[in-house]
Amino acid sequence: MTARDLPARAGRPGDGRVRHSVAAIGRATFLAAVTGFFALPMLWLASAPFDAHPTITTSVPELTLANFRALLANPYLLSSLGNSVLQAAAGAVLVVTLAATAAYALSRVRIPGRDALLYLLLLLSSVVTGTAAMVPIFELATRLNLIDTHLGVVLTLSGGLLPAAIFILKDFMDGTPTSYEESARVFGARPLQILWHIVVPVIRPGLATIAVWTVASVWGSFLTPFILLRDPAKAPGAVILYTLYTEGGAPRLDLISAFSLLYSLPVVLMYLFVSRKYGFRFHGGIKR
Amino acid sequence: MISLHGLTKVFPGGVRALDSLDLEIADGEFFALLGPSGCGKTTLLRTIAGLETPTSGTVTIGAADVTSLPPGRRDVAMVFQDYALFPHMDVTANISYPLRIKKVPRAEREARAAEVAARLGLAELLERRPGQLSGGQQQRVALARAIACHPAAFLFDEPLSNLDARMRLEARTFLKRLQRELAVTTVFVTHDQGEALAMADRVAVMSAGRIVQVGTPAEVFRRPSTTFVASFIGSTPMNLLPGVVRDGALRVAGGALPLPAGLADGEEVVYGLRPEYTDLSPSPRPDAFAGQVSVVENLGTSSLVTLEVTSPDGDHLVQAVVPEDDGPGRDAPAWPVAGGAAWAVPRHPRALVYRDGALVTA
Repeated sequence: MTARDLPARAGRPGDGRVRHSVAAIGRATFLAAVTGFFALPMLWLASAPFDAHPTITTSVPELTLANFRALLANPYLLSSLGNSVLQAAAGAVLVVTLAATAAYALSRVRIPGRDALLYLLLLLSSVVTGTAAMVPIFELATRLNLIDTHLGVVLTLSGGLLPAAIFILKDFMDGTPTSYEESARVFGARPLQILWHIVVPVIRPGLATIAVWTVASVWGSFLTPFILLRDPAKAPGAVILYTLYTEGGAPRLDLISAFSLLYSLPVVLMYLFVSRKYGFRFHGGIKR
Repeated sequence: MISLHGLTKVFPGGVRALDSLDLEIADGEFFALLGPSGCGKTTLLRTIAGLETPTSGTVTIGAADVTSLPPGRRDVAMVFQDYALFPHMDVTANISYPLRIKKVPRAEREARAAEVAARLGLAELLERRPGQLSGGQQQRVALARAIACHPAAFLFDEPLSNLDARMRLEARTFLKRLQRELAVTTVFVTHDQGEALAMADRVAVMSAGRIVQVGTPAEVFRRPSTTFVASFIGSTPMNLLPGVVRDGALRVAGGALPLPAGLADGEEVVYGLRPEYTDLSPSPRPDAFAGQVSVVENLGTSSLVTLEVTSPDGDHLVQAVVPEDDGPGRDAPAWPVAGGAAWAVPRHPRALVYRDGALVTA
C-alpha cells in the first residue's frame, strides 16, 4: 500500500460499514423468510390440535383437549399407531439383519462385478420405486396370499429399502480393518463369535442409522399399506389419517391435526433417543 | 520349532507370492523375514498363521503338521501391523479376549490380563480404550494380548513400522529383551534391514517369493551371498563395481587389486565393498580408486563421502565412510571437500567378489 492510497480510503469511512449492514440485514431477512416458510407448518401442528375450530391457517387457538377425546372415540385411530409400530419394528429388524449380512459378505468377499452389482441394485431401487411397480407387487402379493397381512407390507417396504441400506452399510464395513477379524481368527474365534464380538459392535452406529432410517421410512409410507391392506384394523397411522374426512368429503381438521401430532411424536422421540445414544457417527475405525 | 517345506502360494490372478520355499526356525529363536515390499514375506507370515492357505507344501509347528488347520488351532499369536486392537473394548477386555474365546471364567481371565499388563507397564491403563492410548502403548497392549494366550510361537507383522522414529528404537530394545525373557519362538516381518539385524537371532532375506540367504545378522552383513543381499543389507548401500581379472590382478574402476582365490584370468566379476570398509587417502595409491569428491554427507560421528571415479571402463560413484576423528580430516580440516581429489582405498579382507551375481568363496 502506498501513502497515496491511505487518505483516499479514509475519506469515505461510512461506506463500507453501510454496505456491510445492508448485506447483514438482507441475509437475516432471507434466512428468516426461509425459516418461517418451513416453521409455519410445524407451528400449525403445535397449535391446531388444541384449537376448537382449526382451519388451515395458523391463528391464536381457542384452547381445548376435545380433539384428543374425539380421537379416543374412534376405534381405529390408536390401534393404527400400534400397527405402525409393529410394521416399522419388523421392517427395521428385517432390513438391519439382511443388509448387515449382505454388506459384510460384499465387503469381505471378492466377487467379479461386485461394484457393478451394487450400483445396479441402487439404480433399480431408486428408479423402479414402489409406486411404479405397484401393479406387479399387488399381483405377486395376491398369489402369495400376502394381501391384507402385515407380513406383505413389511416385505414389500423392506425390499425397497434394502439396496440403499446394503450400500450404506458396505461403506461402514469397508472402513473397518480386516485385521480386527483376522486377529480374532488367530485367537480361535469362530465366524459367529467374530460377528457378535467384533463386527457388530464396531459398526453399531451404522446399524443404528439404518434402523432409524427404516423405521422413519416405514412409518411414513402410505401407498403400499393403503393398497395391500383391506381391514382398517390392520392399517397403520399413515393410512388411517387419510380416512379422517366427513361424509361430504371435507377434511376433519380438528381430528387430522390432533392425530398428526400423535403420529409424528414417536418418530421424533426415536430420533432424539438414538441421536443421544449413538450420535449417528462412526467412531470405530482407527485413522492414523 | 517351525518348519516349512516346498511352500508355494499362487494368488488368483497368477501372482506367485511364495515359490517352493523351505525354512527351519528353531525353538526359542527370534527370526526375521526381511525383504523389499512385494517379496512375499508378509504372505509367508500369514501362511504360518493360517490366514492364507498354501497352494502346495507343508507347515509344521512343533511336531504337528498344521497345513490344513484353521488359524485358531495352530497355537500361535499374531501381532498385526496396525495392532488390530478392538476399538470398543477397554485394555483389559482386549488383553483377555483370547482367554474369553477359550472360555476361561471372567474373574480368572481378568486377573491374568492384569498380571500380563503389569509386566508390560500397562497397569495404569486397564480402563482405557485403544483410541485413548499412544502408539507405543497400543503396541504393548497388542503384545500383552499375544502373551496372555501363551502360544507356541509369536508372529509379528512389521511390529515397529507404526511408531515414530524415536519410539522405534526404544521398542526395538524392549521387544528383544521381552523375547529373551519369554524364550518363545518368534517370527517377525520387516522391510527395514536395520531392524532385522538389530533384533533377530537369524535373518532370512527374501526376494520374489524365495529365500535368498539365511544366516545370523553378522553372516548376512559380512558375507551377503548375492549382489541382491549385498545391496539390500547395510544402512549405506554397498559399492558394487564391475571388474575383470587380468594379468594376475583384479582390475576395478582404474585400480589394480589383489586377486582372491578361485578366479581365472579374463573373468568378469562384481566387486562389492561397503563404504564402512573403505578408507579415504589424500595421496595416490595403485590399489585405490582415484576420483573427485562430489558430495560430503554428515552422519554425525562420521561423514559419507561420494567420489566420482573416472576410469577406462566407465564412470562410477564410490562411497566411503570417514570417521570424524580418523583419517586425514583431522590434520587438514578442509579435506575432504567437494571438488577435491581423493583415493578410495578398500580394506581388502572385507571386500567381496561376485561372479554371475553369486558370492565367490575361496
